[in-house]
Amino acid sequence: MQLLVCGGTGCQASASAKIVEKLNESLKAHGLTEDAQVVITGCFGFCEKGPIVKVIPDNTFYTQVKPEDAEEIVAEHILKGRKVARLLYENPETKEHVSDSKHMGFYQKQMRIALRNCGFIDPENIDEYIAREGYSALAQVISELTPQQAIDMLKQSGLRGRGGAGFPTGMKWEFTSKYSADQKYVVCNADEGDPGAFMDRSILEGDPNTVIEAMAICGYCVGASKGVVYIRAEYPLAIRRLQVAIKQANEYGLLGKNILGTNFSFEMELRYGAGAFVCGEETGLIASMEGGRGEPNFKPPFPAESGFNKKPTCVNNVETFANVPVIFLKGPEWFTTIGTEKSKGTKVFALAGKINNVGLIEVPMGITLREIIFEIGGGIKGGKKFKAVQTGGPSGGCLTEKHLDTPIDFDSLVAAGSMMGSGGMIVMDEDDCMVSIAKFYLEFIVEESCGKCTPCRVGNKRMLEILEKICQGKGEMEDLDHLRNLASVIRDTALCGLGQTSPNPVLSTLDNFYNEYLAHVVDKKCEAKKCKALARYSIITEACTGCTLCARNCPVGAISGERKQPHSINQDLCIRCGVCYTKCKFNAILVQ
Amino acid sequence: MTKIKSLDELRQKKQQLEQSLEIREKSNHPDSLVQIKVAMATCGIASGARTVMNALVEKIRNEKIPAVVTQTGCMGYCYAEPTVEVKKPGHDPVVFSYVDVKKAEEIIDKYIKNNELLDGILPANYQTI
Repeated sequence: MQLLVCGGTGCQASASAKIVEKLNESLKAHGLTEDAQVVITGCFGFCEKGPIVKVIPDNTFYTQVKPEDAEEIVAEHILKGRKVARLLYENPETKEHVSDSKHMGFYQKQMRIALRNCGFIDPENIDEYIAREGYSALAQVISELTPQQAIDMLKQSGLRGRGGAGFPTGMKWEFTSKYSADQKYVVCNADEGDPGAFMDRSILEGDPNTVIEAMAICGYCVGASKGVVYIRAEYPLAIRRLQVAIKQANEYGLLGKNILGTNFSFEMELRYGAGAFVCGEETGLIASMEGGRGEPNFKPPFPAESGFNKKPTCVNNVETFANVPVIFLKGPEWFTTIGTEKSKGTKVFALAGKINNVGLIEVPMGITLREIIFEIGGGIKGGKKFKAVQTGGPSGGCLTEKHLDTPIDFDSLVAAGSMMGSGGMIVMDEDDCMVSIAKFYLEFIVEESCGKCTPCRVGNKRMLEILEKICQGKGEMEDLDHLRNLASVIRDTALCGLGQTSPNPVLSTLDNFYNEYLAHVVDKKCEAKKCKALARYSIITEACTGCTLCARNCPVGAISGERKQPHSINQDLCIRCGVCYTKCKFNAILVQ
Repeated sequence: MTKIKSLDELRQKKQQLEQSLEIREKSNHPDSLVQIKVAMATCGIASGARTVMNALVEKIRNEKIPAVVTQTGCMGYCYAEPTVEVKKPGHDPVVFSYVDVKKAEEIIDKYIKNNELLDGILPANYQTI
């Protein structure tokens, strides 16, 4: 038997390392070390219920395990074969325990290609990767195919870049291969910057070898002998696992000089970024790799012609690379059977926000938002009403109820006014104020704008000021026109892709939730009660007992009334701090 | 670690390593496999279920039979321990009683491979939901 324990960042933060220790102690105490082994794997994806411990071969899926549960799992399940019911996943609808992960709604609709080894193998043991046909694709490509044949296969597969824009990967490789130079580079973009997105980190933590193998294949195809992973320093676990994997691959001779006895040589190194959103843009990333400020440059020349150290460079995202070895193993025809006409394969999404099953999922392209949110995601938290889902991070937009049944792929999301982005998916319910959401993304953009071009640096700041004004209840109708004008100027004139798409959250909320903007501007009301300045506090006379608690706590003395008599709030003095609401023990404060 | 020097060497290496992941690979497709459950409650273990389970696991590994062996709790047939339940895809489960190492081998050779029933089958007198 084996006990697989999630060793992703999320579960490690919830003491999964301690769980491993305790499990090993218990196994030893019961004399079961021969019969059962503990294996640390990458992310299972079901982060909502982490830490996860999965018992193999019966596929028992224990959720929210604590170190002190280890002894019970060993004593009951391993020794006596009785499942520990209280740690099993409970189906939220039927309230029944589901012991087998294959029968959980969360996994049933998923199709795992990029995440095929995550939560399955030990990421720090290259042997387990090789046992699952690891490095076979590289071996076949370099010993049996010419670079052009391999590129053609990738083009046939229809794989598109998973970093955001969806550019065909095979074409990118072909462009880079056409330029001749004494040195070329393969770069892996692991600078995952979208708020809420963590699929790249999880792939690197759960299956670092697949990225290394794909980069070597890319190196062979484009004629590069050096690979560099640009990774943010905030991902220490991913960095460590990559370092271990690179070391092991070198020891096996799967990296280095004359790989598998061929003429192909490939070396790998890591470069650390300080975690700037703009460094996810490939020219900004290259500038940062060279030691300069993370600022984007004009394209052309594209990195394929002049990139890192002014040499031809092929930059791909982590998830894109994770798809490559499988495509060569199973063939491009297999890959084209999955997905939609123009977007083949699967996409990994990081589900977050007001959703029951927060986590990492991989689904075939063409699935609907409804399936993702209500079947895999288990619906909205607390049975509230679905309002919108934000995709594509700060460059994306908010989609609403009417988009729920659109099959999602690169093109349909753009048509709906959002984008795929790297795959962050933040779900919002009726309690979210869409003006505040737009403001949140603009705050992020203003914070992260590199400042090189004026439209992004100044334009976004002005837009943010307008939104702040609206949330303060000082908005006017013409502000909404200003927002639109500014947005279109920024979109047309900003230097890089990030700047050009930065007004998207504002534009899509203006399009889909214009009424909410109107309510803020005209009626000075925030339905979701998120904009404090627009809230109006009053006392429900029937419920007020005259306990004077609110009056004593009001910082500006706006509440008055006799003891044991209903109190009232002076609206002119009220600063809408909400203290009375939190202090009242009788639910007598009404917020409007 | 010794270097891998050719495609063939990588293939050999993969074959050697496959076995260590076999248990996990099988759990990925549980429905298409023969599922063998060994009752491993106190009474089962006391009557030698652990030896039986080890014998089953070994034979299945050696003969590369598409089956997965798991342990389970008390099935209630304490008088007939060790008991082993075998569920072939598309068939109803069958429970064998008084299984020792020899019987375990027969279960695989006769029932799993050739669909021949053996003596000592316990009647299925309950339903599970």
